[in-house]
Amino acid sequence: MNLLDVRDLHVRIGQSHILHGLSFGVPSGGVTGLLGRNGVGKTTTLRGILGLVDRTGLIEFEGEGIAALRTHEIARRGIAYVPEDRDVFSALTVEENLRLAERPGCEHQYDLVYDLFPEMKARGAQRAGTLSGGQQQMLAISRALLNGGNRLLLVDEPTKGLAPLVVRHVVDALKRAAEAVTILLVEQNLSVAHKLARDAIVLDQGRVGYVGTVDELMGDPVLARHHLGLSSGGGER
Amino acid sequence: MSTIVLLFLTGLGLGGLYFLVASGLSLIFGLMRVLNMAHGALFTIAAYIAWQVTLPLLGGNLTLAWFAGIVVAIVAGGACAFLLEVFLIRPLYTRPIGQILVTVGVALAAVALVEGAWGEDMKQVLLPAWLTGTVRVLGANIPTSQLVIAAIALLVLGALVLFLRATRYGLVIRAGVENRSMVEALGIDVNRAFTLVFVIGGMAAGLAGFLAGTFFGEIDPARGTSMLIFAFIVVVIGGLGSVTGSAIAAAVVAIVQQFLNFYAAPGIGDFSVVILLAAALLLRPRSAEAS
Repeated sequence: MNLLDVRDLHVRIGQSHILHGLSFGVPSGGVTGLLGRNGVGKTTTLRGILGLVDRTGLIEFEGEGIAALRTHEIARRGIAYVPEDRDVFSALTVEENLRLAERPGCEHQYDLVYDLFPEMKARGAQRAGTLSGGQQQMLAISRALLNGGNRLLLVDEPTKGLAPLVVRHVVDALKRAAEAVTILLVEQNLSVAHKLARDAIVLDQGRVGYVGTVDELMGDPVLARHHLGLSSGGGER
Repeated sequence: MSTIVLLFLTGLGLGGLYFLVASGLSLIFGLMRVLNMAHGALFTIAAYIAWQVTLPLLGGNLTLAWFAGIVVAIVAGGACAFLLEVFLIRPLYTRPIGQILVTVGVALAAVALVEGAWGEDMKQVLLPAWLTGTVRVLGANIPTSQLVIAAIALLVLGALVLFLRATRYGLVIRAGVENRSMVEALGIDVNRAFTLVFVIGGMAAGLAGFLAGTFFGEIDPARGTSMLIFAFIVVVIGGLGSVTGSAIAAAVVAIVQQFLNFYAAPGIGDFSVVILLAAALLLRPRSAEAS
């Protein structure tokens, strides 16, 4: 059984029909990549799962329908979100950002978070708005990992705009996180997606264009060119 | 010199009233994006309810009546705000135009209701003797009531800052002012914070309504509406969602108003507040948006 099942997901924003009946499943464990060219609806898919945009369709998490729930109720089921723009609360300190994420009834894994990102402990009293982009990304991931009750992480472009050294740090952290939780990862950097993800769902014009393994996708030049716009298949692991 | 001290300190008293109305307005808009045009109605209704409830006490101990009036006004303001949020605002969260129309309707209806129940004439407010005297400060005789109002506003500011800084709900409100969707995505029911903020805003407006009676020596049905206009200006200058910003802006607006009304001509001070608003919008265009 999949951890997450999405069936016939439609999202319309204003006059635009963004998602045209997406259907896919996310298996339990590891990282599943949600890939595709710019503007195909990857971020909207994550926001649709969380109910942050109006949508229709069926969404099941651990066998329970969640499409009718409000966003905070979906999050309480164990789905955490690391948004594309990090969306840390800039006027709050690092420590306050983490404290805000604490959910009653969950184990609060400060040891794990500080082990992955020691900077978060050292900068606890610093306002999040004054952190660098990389540090803000670490905080956004920390916030999602804090609650032991989270079983699915929706991670949107975690390495976007980061320096190579920070990218490596974030990738290592997500690899470690994936040992405990399932991750649905949106990533434009295919090298990063290749390093992290086992399975791939490729979106094309608001529809699912490919479902399979990342290895198959990257190893087939025709598939890679068709779905991702690559001139040749492959990617470094 | 004594005139300057007098204008400055009475300006702080008036600023205290502006702050009490503006702080709730600012938090409500900052967190909920609700332009609550009925905020002045909470001010007026609470003032009249407190006046009515304490009426039987006025033949006895006026100090007791005054403190009882404060409590009644705070409770009445909070209760009215709760009802307003739950029954009229909440069903219209996704319809901002509907919210504005409903709150404008409530504001107009509240004035009509008060005029129907208590008449259009002003009601005189009886104050204890210790509030009607003056205190000598740097050669100026400052009305005690205005110093008391400024002190109460400072206390409310301190309590609000403490609440926002030291409690979980305060944390949720501060985060929600910045990014409501992300707070929801963390598993937090923001609607509860909405109701709480509305009630806190109503309590502060109710307190302001009662203290306006102390400040002016009378209450009238239209006071809430005129106070709301100045409070909106204070909120825009101080920054939406910022309590301390509202406090500073309220003091600045009221002091400028007092000085210009005295030194230029009566009415110029009120007009100058609009100039301050324009300057704030030109120099800090984002001050009209929630941070």
